[in-house]
Amino acid sequence: MMAAFRVPRYAAMLVMAVFTLYFLTPLWWLFVAAGKKDGQVTEGRGLWPDHFALGENVANLIRYNDGIFLRWMANSIAYTVGAALIGTLLAGMCGYALAKYVFPGRETIFNIVLGGVLVPATALALPLFLIFSKVELANTFWSVFLPSLVNPFGVYLGRVYAAASVPDELLEAARIDGSGEVRSFFTVSARLMAPAFVTIFLFHFVAVWNNFMLPLIMLGNERLFPVTLGLYSWQSQINGHPELRALVLIGAFISIAPMIIAFLSLQRFWRSGLGTGSIK
Amino acid sequence: MRKRHVSAILFFVTPFGVLFALFYLIPIGYAVWQSFHTVQRTGTFGPAKEVFGGLVQYRQVFSNGPFWQSVERVLLFGAVQVPIMLGVALFLALLLDSGLVKGRRFFRLVYFLPYAVPGVVAAIMWGYLYSPNLSPFTAVTSNADLLSPGLVLWAMANVVTWVYVGYNMLIIYSALLAVPTEIYEAAKIDGAGAFRTAWSIKIPLVLPAIVLTTVFSIIGTLQLLAEPQVFRSFSSAVSSTYTPNLTVLSTSSVPNFSLAAAFSVVLALATFVLSFSFLKFTQRKGVR
Repeated sequence: MMAAFRVPRYAAMLVMAVFTLYFLTPLWWLFVAAGKKDGQVTEGRGLWPDHFALGENVANLIRYNDGIFLRWMANSIAYTVGAALIGTLLAGMCGYALAKYVFPGRETIFNIVLGGVLVPATALALPLFLIFSKVELANTFWSVFLPSLVNPFGVYLGRVYAAASVPDELLEAARIDGSGEVRSFFTVSARLMAPAFVTIFLFHFVAVWNNFMLPLIMLGNERLFPVTLGLYSWQSQINGHPELRALVLIGAFISIAPMIIAFLSLQRFWRSGLGTGSIK
Repeated sequence: MRKRHVSAILFFVTPFGVLFALFYLIPIGYAVWQSFHTVQRTGTFGPAKEVFGGLVQYRQVFSNGPFWQSVERVLLFGAVQVPIMLGVALFLALLLDSGLVKGRRFFRLVYFLPYAVPGVVAAIMWGYLYSPNLSPFTAVTSNADLLSPGLVLWAMANVVTWVYVGYNMLIIYSALLAVPTEIYEAAKIDGAGAFRTAWSIKIPLVLPAIVLTTVFSIIGTLQLLAEPQVFRSFSSAVSSTYTPNLTVLSTSSVPNFSLAAAFSVVLALATFVLSFSFLKFTQRKGVR
């Protein structure tokens, strides 16, 4: 009975179209709202741009409070790109060693690191704040940057990829040629693991970009805020400062635009990367 | 093991290991230590001294009504939101993989796009869409106050679903793509239709991916923070103890770090127990 029943193509396409609307409408609305003059989101047609003033709004956003928004964007880039670049290399190296060398304690290390994936952000952010306060590093760039370097899931991915993509024979051949272990890693293995590094980087980047708890707890100085915390602080002051609503909307749009562009251009890496993460 | 590799292993493992110890192991240890201590002062403004308090904090945690209400709330949230989100993700992945859909690249991209939006920004955006006097969807918001105490939890569930459906769909879809096509041909020869193939072949084959996404979703649910924190500016229904993480945050800003530490230790243990029991449960059923 099941076999005889066929789904018409148009029904499948209809379902896909409905979900497309669900995913895109909020983003489209944000674009339209960001273009409304002075954040008058209720004026005019809600889902269609009229009196389009995006350029003017962006200029207001950039001028406000000595350009604090650009500072937040720059902070976000420094936190995310910096931490993801260094963190990816360190996690990749550790995962590689766990895949390619047999040594006592290897599985113990791997299991402890894997357990780290399950640790909730709260359990870390609060004691980290207390520790950083003791060494007088709380409310600094480093208090958010340094903990962001650690990516346990990256070690797991690095191990899975290294085991699958770096043949032992190749390492043995490099040894016979007189290449040291570290040199072999950077000249041979790292190249074979390139897709792994891209995937770990992307995951790490999004994790740091989305991390809200750590900067919220660590930072009091708004000049150190990442853009998410900055937007949140504006949004929570709206009752006293209604003019901030326009800035929140345009700021939210401007903050996600680069990410969306990056996602569109890097999507093939995502697909291959996610696939490897799920098959064990 | 070859002795000469020792220095190489140290070179590869040490940098990550040191940072992991500094920013994972030591803080966890410190939180546990903190949770067993209390601050004592001589007089109101006297010097603070940390003394061993035994299970004092944990007794407070277990008698703290709002905290357990917040735990119940996120468990209810997870019990509804996680199956819906993963059900939709699986459904869309199967549809994409069925051969019925044209423009697969386009849909894959569109569905994944919300994952680029940080939780804070997604919550702000949806908060406006829900607000009765700001939303373009007045037909909905004037009839049902999505920010009211009865509905705001599900309004947040929609935000989380919107952000993560596409991400989970892509994980499941990638697992589907990795299935060798010969299996499908064999099924076709045996007379299996699209539904039969999906139910009896595809879903069992991608169960590891579904297990993975479920575990990550359970962890995410218990850590709910950005969405309720942002929604506090839209709705008075979201209290400062609405989710366990908000409780920890508001307790630590009192400040009562020892109690906050005990909350987070209990929360971390609950996360472990839930994730591991789910893994064990599925392993026992022979999923892996």
